[in-house]
Amino acid sequence: MIVWQLALKSLRNRWLTALLTVLAISLSTALLLGVEKVRTGARASFADTLSGTDLIVGARSGSVQLLLYAVFRIGNATNNISWASYDEISKHPDVAWSIPLSLGDSHRGFRVLGTTPDYFTRYRYRGSQPLRVTAGKPFSDLFDAVLGADVARSLGYRVGDKIVLAHGLGSVSFVEHADKPFVVAGILDKTGTPVDRTIHVSLEAIEAIHVDWQSGGRVPGQSVTADEVRQLELKPKAITAALIGLKSRLATFRLQRAINEYRKEPLSAILPGAALQELWELMGTAEVALSAVSVMVVATALLGMVTMILTTLNERRREMAILRSVGAGPRTILGLLLAEAGALTLAGIVIGPALLYLALALLRPYIDATWGLHLAIDPPSLTELSMLGAIFLAGILAGLLPALRAYRMSLADGMTVRT
Amino acid sequence: MSGTAAELPGVRDADIVRIAGLRFQWPGNASFSLAVTSFALPARSRTLLLGPSGSGKSTFLSLLCGILAPAEGRIEILGQDIAALSSSARDAFRAEHIGVVFQMFNLLPYGSVIDNVVLPLSFAPQRRKRVAESGGPEREALRLLSRLGLPEELARGRSVANLSVGQQQRVAAARALIGAPELIVADEPTSALDRDRQAAFLDLLFEQARDAGSTLIMVSHEEAFAQRFDRVLRLDEIVSTTGGRPQ
Repeated sequence: MIVWQLALKSLRNRWLTALLTVLAISLSTALLLGVEKVRTGARASFADTLSGTDLIVGARSGSVQLLLYAVFRIGNATNNISWASYDEISKHPDVAWSIPLSLGDSHRGFRVLGTTPDYFTRYRYRGSQPLRVTAGKPFSDLFDAVLGADVARSLGYRVGDKIVLAHGLGSVSFVEHADKPFVVAGILDKTGTPVDRTIHVSLEAIEAIHVDWQSGGRVPGQSVTADEVRQLELKPKAITAALIGLKSRLATFRLQRAINEYRKEPLSAILPGAALQELWELMGTAEVALSAVSVMVVATALLGMVTMILTTLNERRREMAILRSVGAGPRTILGLLLAEAGALTLAGIVIGPALLYLALALLRPYIDATWGLHLAIDPPSLTELSMLGAIFLAGILAGLLPALRAYRMSLADGMTVRT
Repeated sequence: MSGTAAELPGVRDADIVRIAGLRFQWPGNASFSLAVTSFALPARSRTLLLGPSGSGKSTFLSLLCGILAPAEGRIEILGQDIAALSSSARDAFRAEHIGVVFQMFNLLPYGSVIDNVVLPLSFAPQRRKRVAESGGPEREALRLLSRLGLPEELARGRSVANLSVGQQQRVAAARALIGAPELIVADEPTSALDRDRQAAFLDLLFEQARDAGSTLIMVSHEEAFAQRFDRVLRLDEIVSTTGGRPQ
């Protein structure tokens, strides 16, 4: 019908404000859906940081803290586990494999992890993906280091480069293990987990660089060279934490309890899945806040639309009087204005997701590489579709305000043109 | 229906409009009231209703066109008492049977000339049908515009914004006439025009109204054109108002 064509033409007549309104709704819709995507993507990536490990063992602490330092390399261990205790646990009949982790040193802001070669075969992420070595090979020599993808990329290291580890965790450290440099033996594939930001060396190497150290400092006059250290028996006295794999999952709680009640030393054993969940819950508030903010942005965009339509009402009184004079009822006027709000919102919720998919397609490799966040390009989920539906309804509802006002105005004005 | 109207003085069966015992009050404004004892328009006549603005003119026209509903009385158009209709039925009735020309600002600025002319057809199925029989909306619009003296390149124009006031009034007249509604209501249609263009415009409007078989009523404060009309009535003789004017 020509009236609807005219409504479109009327909108086109105000194309700049209409375009800006649609743009605001589109961007806010894209933001809302984007936040939702990041939220689900982050949750999935996060829950997949560590898989295949049944228990993480560390000194007694809360499960989140243990998870943070053992897996995410955030914060410090409250205490160490003595090698004797670790040895005893690893020989428990339920234990299939165990990997010791020794933390405490760093290299230019990246944490150094002392571990065994088993780490590279046992560590699993994103379902059951194993770590892969892009270049070189896992460490074989005492002073070999295997770098996470981020470490190699941001510091520009290649296989064969020499690196010097620093004692402690500062990004600029003056206390370096300069006498015992390491050689980059291998570089790992990007995983999107904290492995990317870790420098892996053997447990013995951690021992070796500290052989002439005592309580955080070099013992004066006692210098052991790199060659001399190879002759020593480098058996660690303590480790920071351990990853445990069990023969049967059914034994998980039994062993966890055994470790938690271990007499010789206060220890904690945690279930990585449960701890990851708990940690995620901690960040849940931020998640809700993020969603709330994007909902507010959508509301603001719709408010902008209402303002835009309301400000045009006065200049459109003539238009309404003309429409009334040719036989349009006040309800037609109401319908026209609702249709306008509906059309603007509809354009917004079509263009918004399109923008989002475009942005995803363009930025996904970058996001994956930078934050290790794997965002799926899927057709909109039911949640997302219902979000779009809710925005559309909200748009119509918001459009009721100017529409009802126009309805009342056209009732009062009739076909009298007031200008 | 006709029986009732025929009993009133000065009202004949051949009248297209019959108003009797009309009383109107603005809702919530009891001080103003408008009353019409008796008023009629013979079919196919040309009537000039003389009256200054502020004499209840807008209210009377709104009642005649079915925008407002009276508190009492009948407004019969083509035998139908529109005062008894619901407001949406009155809107539909107006669309079908009444063409309106305003003083100025008649056109939707973003529509093309033809869009503006065919606009009433959206609301009036019978007028649409009549137009379809005579070659379709666009052809009929162009025919009327050309008969009203609008050059074809302007009639096919994409915008009405560039038209002069006189040209705009011709487009408005074509809109009122398209589909041949029975009643044309013109509210000071010439007052925005130069004096010598006023006469020319009226001639064209009359001619087309006659061709369409439409009855014409024009409201004006200008007595100069009185002799061109079949009948001249004074608003204050028909309409009595009390109290303050509506806003």
